[in-house]
Amino acid sequence: MKTTRDRLLFAAQLIFTLLVAAFLIVPAVLSMTAGVTANYFLGIKSGLTLQWVAQVWELYYDTIFRSFLIAFSALAVTLVVGVPAAYALHLRNDRLSRAVEEIITLPLAIPGLAIALALLLTYGGFTDFRRSWLFILVGHVIFTLPFMVRSVMAVFAAIDVKTLDEGAASLGASPWRRFLDVIVPNARPGILAGSLMVVTLSLGEFNLTWMLHTPLTKTLPVGLADSYASMRLEVASAYTLVFFVMIIPLLTAMQLFAGMRANAMGTR
Amino acid sequence: MSKKTFIVLCFVPLAILVAAFFVLPMAKLVVVGASGNKGLAAYAAILLDPRYRSTLINTVLLAAATTAATLVIATISGIFLQRHHFPGRSLLIAMLTFPLAFPGVVVGFMIILLAGRQGLIGQVTQTLFNDRQVFAYSLQGLFLGYLYFSIPRVILTIMAAVEKLDPSLEEAARALGANPWRVIRDVVLPALMPAFIASGAIAFATAMGAFGTAFTLATDVDVLPMLIYTEFTLSANFATSAALSVGLGLVTWAILALARTFGGNTVAAAG
Amino acid sequence: MNDQQANSHGVALSIEGCGKTFADGTRALESVTLHVARGETLVLLGPSGCGKTTLLRIIAGLETPDEGGRLLFNATDVTRVPIEKRNVGMVFQSYALFPNMNVSDNIGYGLKIRGVAEKERKARIAELVALTGIGGLEHRRVDQLSGGQRQRVALARAVAARPSVLLLDEPLTALDAALRERLRGELNRLLRTLGITAIYVTHDQAEAMALGDRIVVMRKGAIAQIGTPREIYFAPANRFVAEFVGAANIVEAACDGAALALPGGKLPLAKDAINGHANGTVFAMIRPESIRVIAADGAALAGRVDSVSFVGDRQRASIGGVAAKAITVDVPNSVAIKAGDRVGLAIDPAAIRLLPGDM
Repeated sequence: MKTTRDRLLFAAQLIFTLLVAAFLIVPAVLSMTAGVTANYFLGIKSGLTLQWVAQVWELYYDTIFRSFLIAFSALAVTLVVGVPAAYALHLRNDRLSRAVEEIITLPLAIPGLAIALALLLTYGGFTDFRRSWLFILVGHVIFTLPFMVRSVMAVFAAIDVKTLDEGAASLGASPWRRFLDVIVPNARPGILAGSLMVVTLSLGEFNLTWMLHTPLTKTLPVGLADSYASMRLEVASAYTLVFFVMIIPLLTAMQLFAGMRANAMGTR
Repeated sequence: MSKKTFIVLCFVPLAILVAAFFVLPMAKLVVVGASGNKGLAAYAAILLDPRYRSTLINTVLLAAATTAATLVIATISGIFLQRHHFPGRSLLIAMLTFPLAFPGVVVGFMIILLAGRQGLIGQVTQTLFNDRQVFAYSLQGLFLGYLYFSIPRVILTIMAAVEKLDPSLEEAARALGANPWRVIRDVVLPALMPAFIASGAIAFATAMGAFGTAFTLATDVDVLPMLIYTEFTLSANFATSAALSVGLGLVTWAILALARTFGGNTVAAAG
Repeated sequence: MNDQQANSHGVALSIEGCGKTFADGTRALESVTLHVARGETLVLLGPSGCGKTTLLRIIAGLETPDEGGRLLFNATDVTRVPIEKRNVGMVFQSYALFPNMNVSDNIGYGLKIRGVAEKERKARIAELVALTGIGGLEHRRVDQLSGGQRQRVALARAVAARPSVLLLDEPLTALDAALRERLRGELNRLLRTLGITAIYVTHDQAEAMALGDRIVVMRKGAIAQIGTPREIYFAPANRFVAEFVGAANIVEAACDGAALALPGGKLPLAKDAINGHANGTVFAMIRPESIRVIAADGAALAGRVDSVSFVGDRQRASIGGVAAKAITVDVPNSVAIKAGDRVGLAIDPAAIRLLPGDM
C-alpha cells in the first residue's frame, strides 16, 4: 500500500543519505585519483602516472616499513600478554578483575596526546629508549591492548570456556596444557578479530605517535602529516593512496569477519 | 603447578606492562601538572585563566555542535538504511562506514581536498559564482572535519539499535491509530534514546580529544588538544600542558563512563 | 436476538476468500471464507504454523490478503484500509506496552491520537482501570509490572478507544500455568461484559473451549472445522480435530453394519453413527472419559491393563488387547486398578463417533 507520500519520503531520505555518502567518499576518491594524475589542476587529461607513487616510495619507504614493523610487533606483544590475561580475567571474574579491566581500558578514554605526554615525562630521559622505535611501540601496545583482551574475553564468555577447562582437567591435563590445547584453539575467533583490530589501529595511529616520534622514527601517519604540510598535492595524495591500499583491505576483512561470526552465532 | 599459580602467572606480564607504561606515567603526569609555580592551583587555572577558559569553551561548543549534527544526520540515514532494502544498499552502507579507521590527519587532508585553496568546492563556486570559497582552515572546516570522523561511527551504532527495535511496539501504536510520524515520535525515538546517549557521548568525547584533524588544518581556532601541544612543544610549559592534559583526560573519561552505563561497547577516543 | 447480542457492540466481520503467500514464497494461509457475528467471540485454534496468526494480522490490517481476498466490517470493504484507520483493538503476545510511558499514558494513547479531551480521557482511563482491576498502578512504569498486570494493561489499552473488533494474539501464552488459568476466567468475564466482537488466537484447546462462542480449528493454512466448543469436542469432523482437541482414542476396525469387530470383543455402534460408513474399515473415536472399567467376566469387550498413571483428580490407564493399539481410559480414583489386571470395558454407543478415513 505505497502511497505517493511514501515514495516522496523514500526519495528524500535516499537523496539525503547519498549526499552524506558523497561528502565522505568524494574527497577520498579525489585523493586517490590525484595520486596517480600527472597534474591535479589539469585533471585526468594530463595523463595517469605512477611518478608520484614512485616519489613517495623514495622519500618515505622507511615510514611504511616502520609502520608495519610496529604494527606486527604490537600484535606479538598484545597476543603474548593479552591472551593469557584475558583468560585469567575471565576465570577470576571478581572485583579485582573488574578493576584491572577498567585500568587497561582507560587508555581508550584518555586522549592519545595525554598518554604521550605522560610517557615523555616519565621516560623521556632515557635517551636510547626515547630515540628508538620501541618507544613508539610502547604507546601502541598500551593503546591496542584493551581491544585484544576484550575481543578474546567476549569469545570466552560466549563458548563457556569454564566447562571446557573443567572437562580437560578431569582428563588429567595440567593448567598449562589446558591453556595450549583447549583454551587457545577455542578462542581463535576472538584472537583473529583482536589481531585485525590491533594491526589496523596501529597502522593508523597518529595522536600518540606524533608526540613520541623523532625524525628517525617516523611512521606512515606521521609522514602523511609532513607531506600535507610541505609536499605538493599530488605527492600527498599518492602517499594517502598508499595508506588506503594498506588499510582498506584490513577494514574490509574486519567487517566481513564480524559479519560471518554474527551469522554463525545466530545474532543476525 | 596449581591452577591458582597459573592464573597469577597469566596476569603478571600484563600487570608489569600496564604498571610501568601507563599507571606510572599517568601518575607522573598528575604530579607534574601540580609542579609548576602555581602548584595545585594550576588545575583550577583551566577554568579561571581567561585564555584557557575560552579554549575550553571553544572545544566544548565545537564538540557539542558536532555531536548534535552527527546524531541528526545519523538518525535520518540510519533509520532509512535499516528499514529499506534496495539495490545498492550494501554499497551505500560501505561508503558511509569506510572512513571509520582514518586517523584525524587523513580527515584533515580530506577537508583540504574539499574546501582548501585548491579544493573541489572552491573550484565549483569559482565556476558558478566566480568566487572561490575556501573554508578548510576556519571553524567551518574544522567542524566539517569533526563531522567526517564522527558520522561513520554513530551511523553504525544507530543502525544496530534500530535493528534491535521490537516491531510489535510500532504495530501496537499503529493499531491505536498513530500515523507514521507519530509512531516515530512516540515510539521509535524514545526507544532509541539509550543509543543516542551512548553514541552521542562517544562522539563528544572523541571530538574533545581530537588532535590530528586540528593539527593538519592548522587553524587559528584554538582547541584544547592543540593548546596542550603548543604549550608542551613550543613553550616547554610542562606543568601547564600536563595539568591541561589531566583535565582533558578526566572530562573525556567521565563522559565515556556515562556512555557505558547506557549499554553498548566503548569505542576508542581516537581522531 | 439474545441478551448478549442486544447489548453487544462492534461489527460483524466477513472474510471472503482471503489467502496469504509471503514474499519468500511461503503459503501461510489458504483461501479462507468466514463470517463472524456481531458481539461473538471467535477462537482461532491450531498448532504453530497453521495460519491463525496470519489470519488475525490480515483482519487487523498488518498484512494484506492475496489478490481476490476481501475483508468487510459490517458492509464496508476495509481490505485496502491501513491498520491506523481500522479502529481495531489489538493485544499482542508480548503486550507491546510502551516503555517510555506509564500505565495511564499507555492506556490513554489511542484516545490521545483521536484527540479526546483530557478530562474525558482521564475518566475513560479510570473506567478501564476499574474494569481490569489494576487500581493503584496508574503511575507505574511498564518494567515495574508483573506479567499478569502487563496483560491487563494491554487489554485496557486495546479497548479504551472503543474499537469495532478486539483482536487477541495468544495473550496468555507468556504467563505461567497457574496465572494463565486464573486470567482465563477473568478474560472470559471481561469479554462477556464488553460484548464486543472478538477474535482470539491460541494453541491451547482448553483456553479455546473456555472462551469461544465458536472455534475455528486450523491446520496448515486451512480450516479443519468450525463449530461451537461442544460440537468440536463431541463431533470432530476428522482425525486431526479429534486428536488436537482433548485426548482421543482412534480405533481402526472392520464394521459389519451394526458393530465393530475388535480383538478384544465386539463394540456395538449407535444407528445414526453408522450412516454411510457401514461395511468396511472405519476409524472410531472414543474419548477416555466415555469408557467405564468393569469386571472382565461377562463383558462384551475385555483387555489387560498395561500401565496406570495417577494424574491427581483421576487415574489414566492404558489398556492393551482390546484394539490394535492400546486404549487410554480415565478411571476414577475410587476404582482400584493396577498393571496386569484383566478388565472389561463398557462404552456407550452414543459416545462413539466415526471419522472419515483421511485426515
